[in-house]
Amino acid sequence: MALLSIRNLSVTFETATGPLKAVDGMDLAVDPGDIVAIVGESGSGKSVAMLAVMGLLPDTATVTADEMSFAGRDLATLSVQARRQVIGKDIAMIFQEPVASLNPCFTVGFQIGEALKTHLGLGRADRQRRSIELLQEVGIPEPEKRLSAFPHQLSGGMSQRVMIAMAISCQPQLLIADEPSTALDVTIQAQILDLLVKLQRDTGMALVLITHDMGVVAETAQRVVVQYAGQQVERQPVGGLFDHPHHPYTAALLDALPDRASGDRLPAIPGVVPGQSDRPDGCLFNPRCKFADETCRTVAPPRQSAELGEALCHYPLNHREAAA
Amino acid sequence: MLRFLLNRIGLLIPTFIGVSIIAFSFIRLLPGDPILLLAGERGMTDERYQAEVVKYGFDKPIWQQYLNYLGDLLQGDFGTSFVTKKPVLTEFLTLFPATLELSLVAIVLAVVLGVPAGIFAAVKRGSFFDQSIMSTALVGYSMPIFWWGLLLIIFFSGILQWTPVSGRISLLYFFPPVTGFMLVDSLLSGQKGAFASAVSHLILPAIVLATIPLAVIARQTRSAMLEVLGEDYVRTARAKGLPPRRVVGLHALRNALIPVITVIGLSVGTLLAGAILTETIFSWPGIGKWMVDSIFRRDYEVIQGGLMLIAGIVMIVNLIVDLLYGLINPRIRHQ
Ligand SMILES: Nc1ncnc2c1ncn2[C@@H]1O[C@H](COP(=O)(O)OP(=O)(O)O)[C@@H](O)[C@H]1O
Ligand SMILES: [Mg+2]
Repeated sequence: MALLSIRNLSVTFETATGPLKAVDGMDLAVDPGDIVAIVGESGSGKSVAMLAVMGLLPDTATVTADEMSFAGRDLATLSVQARRQVIGKDIAMIFQEPVASLNPCFTVGFQIGEALKTHLGLGRADRQRRSIELLQEVGIPEPEKRLSAFPHQLSGGMSQRVMIAMAISCQPQLLIADEPSTALDVTIQAQILDLLVKLQRDTGMALVLITHDMGVVAETAQRVVVQYAGQQVERQPVGGLFDHPHHPYTAALLDALPDRASGDRLPAIPGVVPGQSDRPDGCLFNPRCKFADETCRTVAPPRQSAELGEALCHYPLNHREAAA
Repeated sequence: MLRFLLNRIGLLIPTFIGVSIIAFSFIRLLPGDPILLLAGERGMTDERYQAEVVKYGFDKPIWQQYLNYLGDLLQGDFGTSFVTKKPVLTEFLTLFPATLELSLVAIVLAVVLGVPAGIFAAVKRGSFFDQSIMSTALVGYSMPIFWWGLLLIIFFSGILQWTPVSGRISLLYFFPPVTGFMLVDSLLSGQKGAFASAVSHLILPAIVLATIPLAVIARQTRSAMLEVLGEDYVRTARAKGLPPRRVVGLHALRNALIPVITVIGLSVGTLLAGAILTETIFSWPGIGKWMVDSIFRRDYEVIQGGLMLIAGIVMIVNLIVDLLYGLINPRIRHQ
């Protein structure tokens, strides 16, 4: 049984200019110990979907799903209190801006200790001991001294390590990492990703890694979900996705990788993710797709078979390789 | 932290000198002869006049006069009231507890009501509760103190006859001051009904004095909370599965309090100005009423000395606020 099982998740925001569909019919199954990457450009609803799982969206968001369950428990029908006992304990999440994600008014030790106290009921001394252990695990030197540090005394990379320590403090079964390295220096990015993969291997927790960087996906994930404008346009194991992308958007993302393109700078995909006002008819990707025809512009695309990466496309690429 | 403290104390020195120059010049800039003003007499003889000139040092050059004045201040000599012939400092110290008691009760009232009101308004943003709180705050903020005080007196003292109109306690009770705070002293005296009488005397002036700071604090808390509630670290706190009262009351509030404390500190100056009016309306025997009475009596040394002492109080309070600010905001403490 899947650890996290989501079927047909949609999130709509009530905005001043009308409803905004940020996530549109998302499916996701994460098994224990899985590493799943969710890839897509900025604004494609990756964060919103995972915040919906965590129950952290504001009141302006309406969340609907045929199924949204974790470890066999239906998250949607869980009471607010019961859900609070799951998040931060069994499901943890870290965010894109580590520096802004730590509370400037409290010490590192205090912030790590909170979940230990709330979920595990640890006393002062136990919290202190466990916090030092956690800081060691995430590779922070001189952990005893760091406990009394305030966030403004830490670098971005250190802050993200502290966030990770906080997230894994109650040994979660699932860690959601929302662009954990995007805001960091290039040299630090790799260290943080390595740390996440190592922790995943050591603890056997499942990892959902949100990123807009196909390079990160190649290095870490086992399975990949490609998201575009709130929709999942392709789902594949990482090997197949890189060898034979079936959705033109996936192919375009791969082309944008530095080592694949002949030039040194990324040939970014022309155009932007459609927003609330410029949502096209038919396939949402059609204005930016070089293969689009009249059908793509008028008819919503079907979901292809698993062999074709479950691509949401009228004309999936590489269907010969898929058949072979 | 020690460096921060010394730094803040160091900043007080120029302020102190600035205020002392103002207080020093004040009496010399008033129209009329300062000797006549200070002596408070008219038509004195020439010998007497010359004696006074020497006594007050007006025969010396101006810079030396200022240095002497500064020297006197540093030795705790703030002049002498020509009406009571008592040192200004002594009078101030006798009357100050009354003002301090009134101001403390007012500021506590403003904080205890204003901060929670602001928090709830922010959490329930846009609700009926939020809108009523914020419009009430706006009314409170724009309320002329004098008018508001009279209105309360007319209603509660006049029509309902619930509260007395003046003083700190009924004349029926008499006991020696121990702390100078009537609420405490009346309890210590053990006399039946004394405490209730002290409360009934204090309540209206405290409400009047608290009104503006209360409105300011409620509005500032609300806007600071609204800003802070959208911060990433609040989301982190919720992602830990912490209960809302901890997320709002600890993680958000601690950060929101930083600007609120600044506003509370700034309102101390306003509070003292408000105290002058409030004490006058309610015949509250504190330094505000003392200053106003002195102005009517043209007791210039009291005005001069009182100005200096009030400025000193404001400076000390601001120092305390700065320290609190440092305590609550680690980024400042570690500068
Ligand atoms: N609180 C919110 N209110 C209204 N719209 C939102 C809110 N949060 C996100 N959105 C919108 O939802 C869409 C998806 O956002 P997001 O999930 O953050 O994208 P990303 O894939 O970059 O993580 C964006 O168009 C964004 O503007
Ligand atoms: Mg995002």
